[in-house]
Amino acid sequence: MTFYDYIIRLADNNLILGHRLSEWCGHGPFLEQDMAMTNISLDLIGQSRSMYALAAEINSKGESEDDIAFLRLEHEYQNLLLVEQPNGDFAHTVLRQLFFASFQLPLYQAMLQKLQGMTEEHFVTLRGILEKAVMEVTYHKRWSSEWVIRLGDGTAESHSRMVTAVNELYRYYGEAFISDAVDDAAVSEGYGVRPEELKAEADQYIDDIFRQANLNIPVDTYMQRGGKQGVHSEYMGYLLSELQYMQRAYPNASW
Amino acid sequence: MDTTKNLEEIFQSKIDHEIKIEPKDWMPDAYRKTLIRQISQHAHSEIVGMLPEGNWITRTPSLRRKVALLAKIQDEAGHGLYLYSAAETLGITRDQLLDELHTGKAKYSSIFNYPALTWADMGSVGWLVDGAAIMNQVMLCRTSYGPYARAMVRICKEESFHHRQGFEILLTLSQGTEAQKKMCQESINRWWKPALMMFGPPDEQSSNTEMSMKWKIKRETNDELRQRFVDVAAEQVKFLNMTLPDVVWNESTGHYDFGALDWDHFWNVVKGNGPCNKQRLDARIKAHENGAWVREAALAFAEKQKIRQQSQVKTA
Amino acid sequence: MEKELPLWEVFIRSRQGLDHKHVGSLHAADAQMAIENARDVYTRRQEGVSIWVVESVHITASDPADSDPLFEPAKDKAYRHPTFYQLPEGIKHI
Repeated sequence: MTFYDYIIRLADNNLILGHRLSEWCGHGPFLEQDMAMTNISLDLIGQSRSMYALAAEINSKGESEDDIAFLRLEHEYQNLLLVEQPNGDFAHTVLRQLFFASFQLPLYQAMLQKLQGMTEEHFVTLRGILEKAVMEVTYHKRWSSEWVIRLGDGTAESHSRMVTAVNELYRYYGEAFISDAVDDAAVSEGYGVRPEELKAEADQYIDDIFRQANLNIPVDTYMQRGGKQGVHSEYMGYLLSELQYMQRAYPNASW
Repeated sequence: MDTTKNLEEIFQSKIDHEIKIEPKDWMPDAYRKTLIRQISQHAHSEIVGMLPEGNWITRTPSLRRKVALLAKIQDEAGHGLYLYSAAETLGITRDQLLDELHTGKAKYSSIFNYPALTWADMGSVGWLVDGAAIMNQVMLCRTSYGPYARAMVRICKEESFHHRQGFEILLTLSQGTEAQKKMCQESINRWWKPALMMFGPPDEQSSNTEMSMKWKIKRETNDELRQRFVDVAAEQVKFLNMTLPDVVWNESTGHYDFGALDWDHFWNVVKGNGPCNKQRLDARIKAHENGAWVREAALAFAEKQKIRQQSQVKTA
Repeated sequence: MEKELPLWEVFIRSRQGLDHKHVGSLHAADAQMAIENARDVYTRRQEGVSIWVVESVHITASDPADSDPLFEPAKDKAYRHPTFYQLPEGIKHI
């Protein structure tokens, strides 16, 4: 079941962050960026779909991607606290994306290396999903990096908004890099990556972007955690009540 | 005086010979104004039209529906963008156009002042609202102003999936549980007549039609398009085993009759008294205002970068 | 009133071997953003493999009033086209 849990975590991060970004649709700071955020949202939700479908397949309990996506209880979602944080202003949104992409891209790349040469069908499927996803996330990382720099080094107002965003979101950056039993088991099964090993690269990248953006890492670097184990922030329940509304109100219907 | 007359004759003869008018060509002031009004109204409709459907993005019943709806609404942003670009070739800026929307000077399609209350509304909007819009848009692919026609060709290509995804949503509901079927019919009932009024007032009351036809900005009248839409929808609804309110086959005309439309209500919605006029406009103004600091920062940063590059060139 | 983001014209090569073709315009603060916006706006359905952007103010267009002196003179130069020349029937590779 480790593989299942491991995939679900990846998928949950994508779904929940994709959900948050989709809230921007129709409300972006200008049309071009409205569309850019929707593209990222579509990439992430697309990744989550492929991953849920794979998880459903290996679980072989006859559940569908939608059963997994919509019908679990709050504590069964294993996404990071970071991705469920509200959109806030555009500064929050681009920073959240930068933090997440700085973790997700090296994770996917490291997983791809581990999956090389593994011939079991579900590993081959996962490799296909990740190969496509790496290209998408490369773009997300670039888009969010450029905006963090632009806003950090833009006007006095945009700089101060970026500083606020850093102060509010940095505490959620670190959870991604703390391993737990699921990670350990996935590592021992050969496809998993110890997230601590990704941290140096991500830290260095964030440092570099922050330097260009005239931003500083906060002094207090205590990291919130819990999402990976299903202990979420208070925002999560509201998010799920929207996400699950139709499936809960009309059980067992086809859409 | 003579030269203007001459220019007008050349202009009209181009139109009559199906030669497109391009941005730098001479055109009568009234033609330019009509185009700006119509293209911007169309662009605003796309952008405001994102809002009712946007309500449902976070509540779609499946992931497949979610990506389709999201992609569709994103297309509407794109269509608004193409149309603003076409309007900008006439010597007006996007900021001016948005300003006219936000101050209530410019209009958008009244249909988007109705609320999207159920999931079935995503189907009705796609099938009926987009279906009605497509009737207009197909005609506009041949409109006389080049940039507008080209934008419309692009839009029509992208739009075809919108219409289908709407019908598919309803088709699935119509084959589902009793609750789903009920949701489906209720939604069709609510959207049908407002969709018919999207074609605009009857020809004898439409002030803009005559000139727009002469200039080939419009190529068919409101009533012609409306009747064609009714005839098409009346056939399609059979596949849903649903009904369209007040629609009956008329043997003598060979068309479907569609009953009376409440134009008093229509004009009230246009004037701002629709159920959602205020929310729609407020949402657009809020997005624009909340984005101001982002746009300013992007410009300031671009300016800084330019200066940095120049000083780098100097020191090199 | 705030300053507006500049307008850019977008040209897209739909596949290798073809010319870039004008597809429309958009707003962006700088060239890099214009390229990325063009990617997000104009290539959502695999319409392109390469993008050019140019700030609209840098385009100089011919004046339609000049059309006659600019383009009419080319009309009667039939000798520039291969069909102008008569060759014996059945001749090959020419």
